Amino acid sequence: MLQVNNITKRFPGVIALENVCLSIEAGKVTALIGENGAGKSTLMKILSGVYQDFEGEIHFKGAPVKFSGPKDAQQKGIAIIHQELNLIPYLTITENIFLGRELLTQFGTIDKNRMRRKTQELLDRLKLKVKAETQVVKLKVGQQQIVEIAKSLLTDAELIIMDEPTSAITGSEVELLFDIIENLRNEGKAIIYVSHKLDELFRIADNYVVLRDGKSIESGEMEGITQDQLIAKMVGRKIEIMRKSSGEEKCETLLEVRNLTLKHPLRPKEDLLKNISFEICKGEIVGIFGLMGAGRTELLETIFGLHATGISGHIFMEGKELKCASPSEAIAAGLALVPEDRKKDGLVLGLDVKTNISLTTLHDLEKLGTLNDAKEVALADKYISELKIKTSSKNQKANNLSGGNQQKIVLAKWLATKPKLLLLDEPTRGIDINAKNEIYKLIIKLADEGLGIVVVSSELPEILAVSDRVLVMAEGTLTAGFTIAEATEDSILRAAIPQSHFDIKA
Amino acid sequence: MNIALDRSKLLRFQSLIALFLLCLGLSILSDKFLSVSNLWNVMRQVSVNICISTGMTLIVLTAGIDLSVGSVLALCGAIMAGLLKNGIELPDSNLYIGFTILGAILAGVITGSAMGAFSGWTITKFNVPPFVATLAMLTVARGLTMLWTQGFPISGLGDTFLYFGTGWLLGIPVPVWISAIIVAIAVFVTNKTRLGRYIYAIGGNESASRLSGIQVNKVKIIVYTIAGALAAVGGIMVTSRLDSAQPNAGISYELDSIAAVVIGGTSLSGGRGSILGTVQGAIIIGVLNNGLVLLNVSPFWQQVVKGLVILIAVIIDKSGSKNE
Repeated sequence: MLQVNNITKRFPGVIALENVCLSIEAGKVTALIGENGAGKSTLMKILSGVYQDFEGEIHFKGAPVKFSGPKDAQQKGIAIIHQELNLIPYLTITENIFLGRELLTQFGTIDKNRMRRKTQELLDRLKLKVKAETQVVKLKVGQQQIVEIAKSLLTDAELIIMDEPTSAITGSEVELLFDIIENLRNEGKAIIYVSHKLDELFRIADNYVVLRDGKSIESGEMEGITQDQLIAKMVGRKIEIMRKSSGEEKCETLLEVRNLTLKHPLRPKEDLLKNISFEICKGEIVGIFGLMGAGRTELLETIFGLHATGISGHIFMEGKELKCASPSEAIAAGLALVPEDRKKDGLVLGLDVKTNISLTTLHDLEKLGTLNDAKEVALADKYISELKIKTSSKNQKANNLSGGNQQKIVLAKWLATKPKLLLLDEPTRGIDINAKNEIYKLIIKLADEGLGIVVVSSELPEILAVSDRVLVMAEGTLTAGFTIAEATEDSILRAAIPQSHFDIKA
Repeated sequence: MNIALDRSKLLRFQSLIALFLLCLGLSILSDKFLSVSNLWNVMRQVSVNICISTGMTLIVLTAGIDLSVGSVLALCGAIMAGLLKNGIELPDSNLYIGFTILGAILAGVITGSAMGAFSGWTITKFNVPPFVATLAMLTVARGLTMLWTQGFPISGLGDTFLYFGTGWLLGIPVPVWISAIIVAIAVFVTNKTRLGRYIYAIGGNESASRLSGIQVNKVKIIVYTIAGALAAVGGIMVTSRLDSAQPNAGISYELDSIAAVVIGGTSLSGGRGSILGTVQGAIIIGVLNNGLVLLNVSPFWQQVVKGLVILIAVIIDKSGSKNE
């Protein structure tokens, strides 16, 4: 049904996809897998018409096609269901489904009845037990997803791309979704299913395509392949466990957190952080693991002074108490925070590499109230070469760099402040394996130079690779602490699963 | 990369080219346009807008806007004129305070700064959108002007004061000197100082700037204060040129100012643009105004033409930035 030949997509400084070939059959579910940064999202954006300038060709239903935009791709029969849903919250299901293709009466007004009937038919077919005139905002995430699927059925899409469809939904909703996918397959639709959850793929996918570093590595049938084999194809290179804890016992305390509690800014009865106490030594790497909503990010943000109200407890940096009132106070005390979302919080994307790197240390580059260009250039050059930032020039806009290099810029701007304690929130999210390894090496090198480092991550292999000590959080509390020698994936995960969930299972 | 750079250079020249073509066209259509006296006249009028728009550019670069500049200009002008002419009389305590020109000007500039600082404070402290906060200030400042003047012009301010609006220095009108100095300082600040860098960074990504330790609220308040002070300087020029503080002075100046900023290529969503671009934008508007008058175009048509020019400028700018 869909044939993709030798697609190459370049961004300034990076090749996101290189000679990717792919063929999708009707009536089959094809799993598209690959690590973060392997090029899955770029490929999906090409297939759904978001990117129009690329090399290579797409054949759809036997004929070559070119999409002029997402709408065109939709009309030609390709629907995409994004990880973040694209529904308008305060419109009803009917209004959302028919958005942009409203049915009209003979007088040219909107034919509400016919639209509602059709919507209800679709919802019934998908076994979603809600009324068509319900506002989307009142639906659960899983239900909203089914509305998206209904939308794609309305356009008679023949190829449906699902991007991480189970990332935000619960067990029974997943079952429902799989039933729906099963039915769609039986109706002869082709489905591309993108997911990190390999066990799911074994349940519903017929074929697989593995992307690695922007190249399609291999494709084949799911039958007869094992999970380990798939992982091996995805990863190619493995993260070696790199940090060898030197076993030094003397600890010079750098940061001490005592009984830290943070109230929810809107719901004062709820605590985001509950009575957290821990210490970090000089030269130590502490990994903090937790599931979504465990409070990891809030913990780092609080230490860095981003939650000025609702805190109780004490934080000491080198014996001096921090008031945690503002980032500038934290920076002055020698802290640095590399945030989770580098595009939103880490970089000024419209400014160039040099300006981003120097943003935290402009007062050092000043002379008589004037910024010293030569010093600024020297600073940028220093970190571009030290961190091996791949950029065509220091005047390149940060926006045009790959995720890994953007992350290095954020790191550079903080290293420039000569911090004593580095707080890293998901330091390798969405970057390729090469850059990941470089960042791990850098973290270890910095710790060897005496920095205290906190690595918050939702990737267990990452935590195990770099940490000297692992702390586990669940629902705002610290639930366990391990030295790296004691820590196992199993024990960490067990501590990370919220207690209430445990009760249900038991 | 080089292509992107070249294009942005081209974009910068775009408004210069437009200005050149405009002047060329006008000098062909009207023999009065290219006379020295007319050109200085244009520059004298443009000076006020350049002055206000310099402050406006700083604000727009932080992704804000200031609708109150026209009213603040009127208020400051009125306060200067009132203090200069009448001083302050406190009948109860039988006290009279007279003001020198410098004292009156200082009082005006302080008033403007205070108005700007107040806007900045409400915007940062209470999270009021700049559009709303300065819209409120627009009304408040106009009302205060009316209260201060009781609705009547304050005229007859003495020859020395007129120098700021009508005088000449080394063959160049004094207002042009004033605005040139302001522009020079603003160009220096935006390109060479920490404050300037922070202004661009905040407009580009406020959250990342805050996380980088930049005191975002402080910078914003400073920027609105500067804009208020510059509106007051505009008030000096206008009042001095007319030898009178009109209670209705500066009405719709905010629109001309925003137009200059936008024509000059500064993005209303912040983080991108320049002072010199705004200067070109202001001159384009000034020349256009002047030309339409010289060509005897009816004032109603003048407004239509001006509006269309703003629209075209923004469309060209958008299509340029999309390609980047």
